Amino acid sequence: MATQQTRSLARFMMAPSVVLLFVWMVVPLAFTLWFSFQQYNPLNPIRDGFVGFSNYALFYSNPAFLQSILNTLILVGSVLLITVIGGIALALLIDQPIWGQGIVRILVISPFFVMPPVAALVWKNMIMHPQYGVFADIARFFGGQPIDWFGQYPLTAIIIIVAWQWLPFATLILLTSLQSLDGEQKEAAEMDGAGFVSRFIYLTLPHMSRAITVVILIQTIFLLSVYAEILVTTNGGPGYASTNLPFLVYQKALLEFKIGQASAGGIIAVILANIVAFFAMRAVGKNLDK
Amino acid sequence: MARAVSTQHKTIATAAAWIVALLVFFPILYTVITSFKSEQEAIQGFNLLPSGTMESYSQVEAQNGYFKFFLNSVFLAVGSTILALLVAIPAAWSMAFSPGKWTKDILMWMLSTKMMPAVAVLFPIYLIFRDTGLLDSRIGLMIMLMLINLPIVVWMLYTYFREIPGEILEAARMDGASLWKEIVYVLTPMAVPGIASTMLLNIILAWNEAFWTIRLTTTEAAPLTAFISSFSSPQGLFWAKLSAASTLAIAPILIMGWFSQKQLVRGLTFGAVK
Repeated sequence: MATQQTRSLARFMMAPSVVLLFVWMVVPLAFTLWFSFQQYNPLNPIRDGFVGFSNYALFYSNPAFLQSILNTLILVGSVLLITVIGGIALALLIDQPIWGQGIVRILVISPFFVMPPVAALVWKNMIMHPQYGVFADIARFFGGQPIDWFGQYPLTAIIIIVAWQWLPFATLILLTSLQSLDGEQKEAAEMDGAGFVSRFIYLTLPHMSRAITVVILIQTIFLLSVYAEILVTTNGGPGYASTNLPFLVYQKALLEFKIGQASAGGIIAVILANIVAFFAMRAVGKNLDK
Repeated sequence: MARAVSTQHKTIATAAAWIVALLVFFPILYTVITSFKSEQEAIQGFNLLPSGTMESYSQVEAQNGYFKFFLNSVFLAVGSTILALLVAIPAAWSMAFSPGKWTKDILMWMLSTKMMPAVAVLFPIYLIFRDTGLLDSRIGLMIMLMLINLPIVVWMLYTYFREIPGEILEAARMDGASLWKEIVYVLTPMAVPGIASTMLLNIILAWNEAFWTIRLTTTEAAPLTAFISSFSSPQGLFWAKLSAASTLAIAPILIMGWFSQKQLVRGLTFGAVK
């Protein structure tokens, strides 16, 4: 039905978005790829030049690189585990007939709207501070020793903060999916004598599986690039104990000016994200065909 | 047949849900409470009853010039959103109403750019910004935020536009409406709710963006994310002041967020969960 004229008009209307995104993503990425094979240091330009894969080789030989990848995976994995299990539990709880459901929803969703530096600093200073934090107050109340979270368990502390930020997202998505579950089906199962557990395993969980997949994929994309939370709490330390890949790339690029290494790190981050993106696109793409 | 819910069950579920909800909300609540304490009170141990002083609020403005950062945040969030809408509306429009062979691929490609980690382009972007003098400029950062959220904006608009029935357009065309009239009088009124939702979600995302806003600014263009981050190097105790600054930084967006729960689900799952 579309005429030649509307076709070309459509292309014309689409062009700005496509061109802008192309220029913004593809061109800088090409630069990064090129830099990743170079020795390039703006502070010491004499040794600049092509170095092949030696920037990438550092990922095997330099413990900081290996640890940052490990930390990235631990951070993403732990936060996913906490938010998905916690999110399912919370969604089931809120979906019950309760008084004040609207307010409960609002309270639970709130942390998602807190900007990352605020979330991290509030937890660092007011909740987890070894002397003045609420956790320390609680520990002293029970006669225990307050824990120095950021000194002793820096990565765990960051995992707790990030999980707090993302639990609302998981809960909200899963609750939305739960509420679209057919009430009649639930009743039928109940009348057939299915208990809460078997109803959950055979009816609720399969119904939510798509939403759970979406939660895992979308969160992974964001969790792979956690940055501000680390910057304002531990600054990656002590040592490299809480440095993830994005933070290491930032340190190498803007603090140490080792552009080649930073770029190789950036490319590795892209590869990690692409593995996730591949599955994410399939999950979302299915929706387009309907 | 309605399900009979015993009052006892409801009471227990309500109590459990409220306890969990208050625990999740507690860090925010405690920040607001602490913001009304004096610095002395703030470090005197757990206490939910502040003296109600506004001292910290006036200090945040007097000593740190809070308002300038707030204005930058407003300018960047709203500006980048409007810019993104201007670019995205025509694109989403044409993809929804005049889809071609490549429409689906283009949509997927746009989505894939959103999945690219920012650090991968940190240094090239930094260089471009430095060499073009865009570093620490509001315009530069506004364009940056627009580009980051553009895929989400296109996608959200696309899923909204697609729900507008095409028959209405055909009817208007049969009645002799020109393309321009069709857009202004037929499509726009039906598209406004979708555009408003997209705008709301995008303002929230742009307001809270905390990678580029911190790395590409120093003082002039710095929004609240950068301002709050400057509190990370402690010079003395500043709990009450940090709380006041934090409360001011999150309050507007928190309230907007409460109204955008549905759009949030739709926008952030790219229409996969509704």
